[in-house]
Amino acid sequence: MKRRAKTLAGILSSVFITLFGLLVVTFLIGRVIPIDPAIAAAGDQAPEAVIRALRTEMGLDQPIWVQFYRYVVQILHGDFGASNVSHNLVTSDIARYFPATFELAVLALLVSSLLGVPLGVWAAVRQGRLADQVIRVVCLAGHSLPTFVFAMLSLLIFYKTLDWLPGPGRQSIFYTDMVPVFTGMITVDSAIAGDWDAFFDALAHMIQPVCILGYFSMAYITRMSRAFMLHALHDEYIITARAKGLSPATVIWKHAFPTVAVQLVTVLALTFAGLLEGSVVTETVFEWPGIGRYLTNALKNGDMNPVIGSTLLIGVIYVSFNLLADLLYRLLDPRVR
Amino acid sequence: MTTQTFREWALDETPSSRRQASWGRRYRIWLNLRSNPLAMIGLTIILLTVIVSLAAPLITVYDPGAQNLYNKLAFPSSEHLLGTDELGRDVFARILYGGRVTLGLVVAVVILVAPVGLLIGCISGYLGGLADTVLMRVTDVFLAFPRLVLALALVAALTPGIESAFIAISLTAWPPYARLARAETLTIRNSDYIAACRLTGASKFRIILRHVAPLCVPSLIVRATLDMSSIIITAASLGFLGMGAQPPSPEWGAMISTARRFFYEQWWVAAVPGLMIFVSSLAFNLLGDGLRDVLDPKQT
Repeated sequence: MKRRAKTLAGILSSVFITLFGLLVVTFLIGRVIPIDPAIAAAGDQAPEAVIRALRTEMGLDQPIWVQFYRYVVQILHGDFGASNVSHNLVTSDIARYFPATFELAVLALLVSSLLGVPLGVWAAVRQGRLADQVIRVVCLAGHSLPTFVFAMLSLLIFYKTLDWLPGPGRQSIFYTDMVPVFTGMITVDSAIAGDWDAFFDALAHMIQPVCILGYFSMAYITRMSRAFMLHALHDEYIITARAKGLSPATVIWKHAFPTVAVQLVTVLALTFAGLLEGSVVTETVFEWPGIGRYLTNALKNGDMNPVIGSTLLIGVIYVSFNLLADLLYRLLDPRVR
Repeated sequence: MTTQTFREWALDETPSSRRQASWGRRYRIWLNLRSNPLAMIGLTIILLTVIVSLAAPLITVYDPGAQNLYNKLAFPSSEHLLGTDELGRDVFARILYGGRVTLGLVVAVVILVAPVGLLIGCISGYLGGLADTVLMRVTDVFLAFPRLVLALALVAALTPGIESAFIAISLTAWPPYARLARAETLTIRNSDYIAACRLTGASKFRIILRHVAPLCVPSLIVRATLDMSSIIITAASLGFLGMGAQPPSPEWGAMISTARRFFYEQWWVAAVPGLMIFVSSLAFNLLGDGLRDVLDPKQT
């Protein structure tokens, strides 16, 4: 018990150091690397007096550690500043855009794990045979996928040419703002409102981005499931189970898979965090109003507060999913417990 | 020396010199790799891409920057093999010259980043203690951002362009190498031959540089090859989002970014660089996967 508390304290302290590091890095990006953040904020056409006033207001005339201290205090109070373009608060912007990304990432994770895990297990069982080779190439292709190219091709084929699926965006114009906002996730909101037409419309809009994001992460999940499964199949208890005369399906799913599943928890948590990265590019192509497109729009305008805000948010999510994966693994695997 | 005698010399079971033994090892690795068709396909594609982009002036007569507004957005023909873009520039020529940008960036990043990561990882793993804690915490911080997001934020703070892309990608690329080198070092540091080196009075840095680091190299080569594919994609994504190489440059991602405006009508202008990104990145993945089987058998 005491040892457990000690390891827990160790993990938490390293998480805190990492989070502090995130603050340092974002501070450097936002305040130190740009030549003059005041000019960046006011625009280079602004009169000298305005820039000087802004410099004092932003505290740029203070020593760097004072600036850093103020930055940390601000962030801890949940104050990420406002956008220089729309003058909206970054926190309220993020609260509005994040559900769209979350909705996309959850579905993509669902699709990729439902496909990836069985594929990986299959490849491991048929190691070295044709099925394994084919799955290997499919996965390597997934790793090599420039998401934006495939997103564009998919739009060209399924939207423009065949007209099977709706185009970019999250909803058809007809349904826009028709369902009351509850969670910000349109599928959930329309299901709550009982508006099934809006629900299926939103779902149809998600098919393409979800499949493309899902393929990208499926590659990783398949690869890891294959590796874990191969490892498990070589263990002695599996040989015992086989020697007892159990059917191959029982051996694979009842005996080998439970140990694989424990390891897969970590992989799934990391995949979810990785989907945030994939969403940056995918959302740009599909004009999906999520955090990724918010980030790229801010980048185009050189609007640093939203850039720092969303970078920090993504970093924190990344760290917390790593922590979650670590804790779950410790909880589920009796050997590390 | 002819190939036949080299083969016999290298595969000699009782090598008479150190040089012969090490060449024998390398030759066996090559033979192993050669028996993997997927890896050889990858290697062929990479070599072809390198040769073709270096020999670009010999292959095409067109200048990648020469505009011809009378012949813009032309469909592929015998005159312009892959058609022309929105300013009438030859897409084939731009693809060839763009290969220089992409491959140059990839090679530059790996050459800079792999040794740095190797050194940090070895020092961290061998010395342990405070140095290890500090170095690994710094590594963790950089690993806590998805690569593309950190690179985007860094480029935004600098000015968009190929140099900033290089700096940003390098800054985000080193931590995995450090992690890997540290893990390898931890398995090496307690072995008997390291103890023997220590007994002969070798300094810590001599041991790290001469006896630990070289053993980490094979797994680092595998990692670097696989990493090249993700660097290609990150660089192209930066270009696509307008944060990497800037438009007049024939960088593949930037080409797609401009061609996106008329993609539904003239899709080939964007599809060709897109295919190149995919194929070259896949080639590095295939080669890296094959190399892993040969250099690092315990991984599979």
